[in-house]
Amino acid sequence: MSAAQATTPLLAVRGVRAAYGKIEALKGVDIEINAGEIVALIGANGAGKSTLMMTIFGRPRARAGTIEYDGQDITGVPTHEIARLRIAQSPEGRRIFPRMSVAENLQMGADATECSEAEREAGLERVFALFPRLKERVAQRGGTLSGGEQQMLAIGRALMSRPRLLMLDEPSLGLAPLIARQIFDAIRTLNRQDGLTVLIVEQNANHALKLAHRGYVMVNGLITLTGTGSELLQRPEIRAAYLEGGRHG
Amino acid sequence: MSATSARPSHAAQPSGSAFILKKALISAAVALVLFSLMIGVRTEAGPQGGLIYWTRFGDLAALVGTVFGGSIIIELLRQWWGPVDKDRIVPKPVQSAMSFAGRWLAPALLVFAFLVPVIFYNQRYILDLSILVLTYVMLGWGLNVVVGLAGLLDLGYVAFYAVGAYSYALLATNFGLSFWVCLPLAGILAAFWGVLLGFPVLRLRGDYLAIVTLAFGEIIRLVIINWQSLTGGPNGVSGIPRPTMFGIPLTPGDDGLAAKLGIEFSPTHRIVFLFYLILAMALLTNWVTIRLRRLPIGRAWEALREDEVACRALGINVTTTKLTAFATGAMFGGFAGAFFATRQGFISPESFTFQESALVLAIVVLGGMGSQLGVALAALTMIGGFELFRGFDQYRMLVFGIAMVLLMIWRPRGLIGHRAPTVFLERNQAISSDLVKEGHG
Ligand SMILES: Nc1ncnc2c1ncn2[C@@H]1O[C@H](COP(=O)(O)OP(=O)(O)OP(=O)(O)O)[C@@H](O)[C@H]1O
Ligand SMILES: [Mg+2]
Repeated sequence: MSAAQATTPLLAVRGVRAAYGKIEALKGVDIEINAGEIVALIGANGAGKSTLMMTIFGRPRARAGTIEYDGQDITGVPTHEIARLRIAQSPEGRRIFPRMSVAENLQMGADATECSEAEREAGLERVFALFPRLKERVAQRGGTLSGGEQQMLAIGRALMSRPRLLMLDEPSLGLAPLIARQIFDAIRTLNRQDGLTVLIVEQNANHALKLAHRGYVMVNGLITLTGTGSELLQRPEIRAAYLEGGRHG
Repeated sequence: MSATSARPSHAAQPSGSAFILKKALISAAVALVLFSLMIGVRTEAGPQGGLIYWTRFGDLAALVGTVFGGSIIIELLRQWWGPVDKDRIVPKPVQSAMSFAGRWLAPALLVFAFLVPVIFYNQRYILDLSILVLTYVMLGWGLNVVVGLAGLLDLGYVAFYAVGAYSYALLATNFGLSFWVCLPLAGILAAFWGVLLGFPVLRLRGDYLAIVTLAFGEIIRLVIINWQSLTGGPNGVSGIPRPTMFGIPLTPGDDGLAAKLGIEFSPTHRIVFLFYLILAMALLTNWVTIRLRRLPIGRAWEALREDEVACRALGINVTTTKLTAFATGAMFGGFAGAFFATRQGFISPESFTFQESALVLAIVVLGGMGSQLGVALAALTMIGGFELFRGFDQYRMLVFGIAMVLLMIWRPRGLIGHRAPTVFLERNQAISSDLVKEGHG
């Protein structure tokens, strides 16, 4: 927590509240993400993790509190302009474009930011280096990819906008352990090699906390715990709730 | 549950004939059970009031036989012509012939279209029909932007056709503006109305969007009927100027085109001119659409059709994307409307009923939601087919309905159901996205 960070964080969420109609999903959330960090956000179903990610992206809007990115207040910035600030997200459930080819899906990611032909090529190279399977399947329709390939495509698509901050919502959702490990390895590679800052929302707390430098635990729209990944992994309440399957009857 | 379920699945598709035979036998058995009482046995009140009956096993046998044979034929057609993602049992030569036809169909059609006035110069009826077909091709291509690409179900497209037609009619009759000045104006006005419609329906999807656009189409028509002082109400606008060839009228007089060229005047000249005019306008629509599909805005339209949430996550401005789709589609509708007005010389609200919207929508859906060639083929078959069956007036709708049902069974995604990708990474990878083979490379 107080690990001597004098520099301003890349993303700072302060006292953010957000609601869907009358249902308040975020009740004053504080989160900081420093440049070059992987931060995991874990919590039970319905805790508000996806909502937080989307609120950072401006939809739903924060009703109170501020969101600062790179020293700039982005609380009121429209969704489509936030993508231009080189924040990318891969939403929950992958949501690739099923009838469009892999190449087109990736291009959609690049369209979000004005990028030169060379930058686009470089982006593609990077995605294909990370996920060689996508390269074999550039002409295939997105909807016919396997679940794991779709997740790779979703991450690849987000990377095509050359983000500084990548937000991933449950990238291991519905994936076999081996494929999930590949995805986590790819995230680690991106972080180490390219210095990409990552916010990862996960149900798979064990994996996510091992991957992450720091983690936050969210319960009912509030952050209840925070610490380094290994600290959180040691906490008995985390082990009980998320790791040892203590709750699924 | 078991292998006996008659649903063909592509993985476990049994080898052709046994499966077809089984399916046909099942159909025949069902027909036998159904018809043995309905057809096989006839009952009637006898002369003494008792019930008498007689049998018609011959008819029954004929019917069951028909069902059996018909089922085989349908299944064969279905497998030969089946949806694109299904394995086919088409023999190799037929397959290569079909892919050959597929590659050359569009250019052949285009060449044929250019030659129509030459081939059918003396057949006024065919020329008129071709103009009609091309008008619907253009409308289909215009609506295709909204429905096929952006996936916004618009049931009121005729409103923009009407706006275009009335824009030209009123501007030309009141201010004496020429067709070539009015054409862009008609497009701009229609696009403006497209945006106007777009705003309130931004948040709507699917059914709700369809209902609102339907109402919008009707509102425009009702406004036209009731705003008598401007639009002439139900009487319409007449005396709309004919188009000129960039200022030179196509009339018999001394300053007419025929006189200037030193050839004999013929009323066919105007028809031929109109033909090439609408052909050019339709091709322009097509060209613009194809170009737009390769630009970020066109890709955004298609992405919007696929997944709105993902579009937001990628930072696409959903609002402007939807509005530009509406505006672009409406603009082409407006162009077509202006053409319609100048061709008819007279317009009234009767030409802009919901039926027109439905027809254009049917063309887009039958054509395959997004395929340019499919839309053109669908317009040709629908409008041409309508005319073909004009002789048997009472059966026309019946035949039409059956044809539509059959088409949707065989080609549930429309005539041309696959969409051509717009992004290629390398030349040698520019193969169709349907041709997916596993394990190569
Ligand atoms: N579009 C919406 N409209 C209304 N309520 C919503 C909407 N989206 C989410 N909610 C509610 O907000 C709360 C938080 O949901 P959220 O999706 O953020 O949870 P989550 O932590 O991502 O859960 P999960 O792990 O299941 O994905 C839930 O109670 C949910 O029912
Ligand atoms: Mg979630």
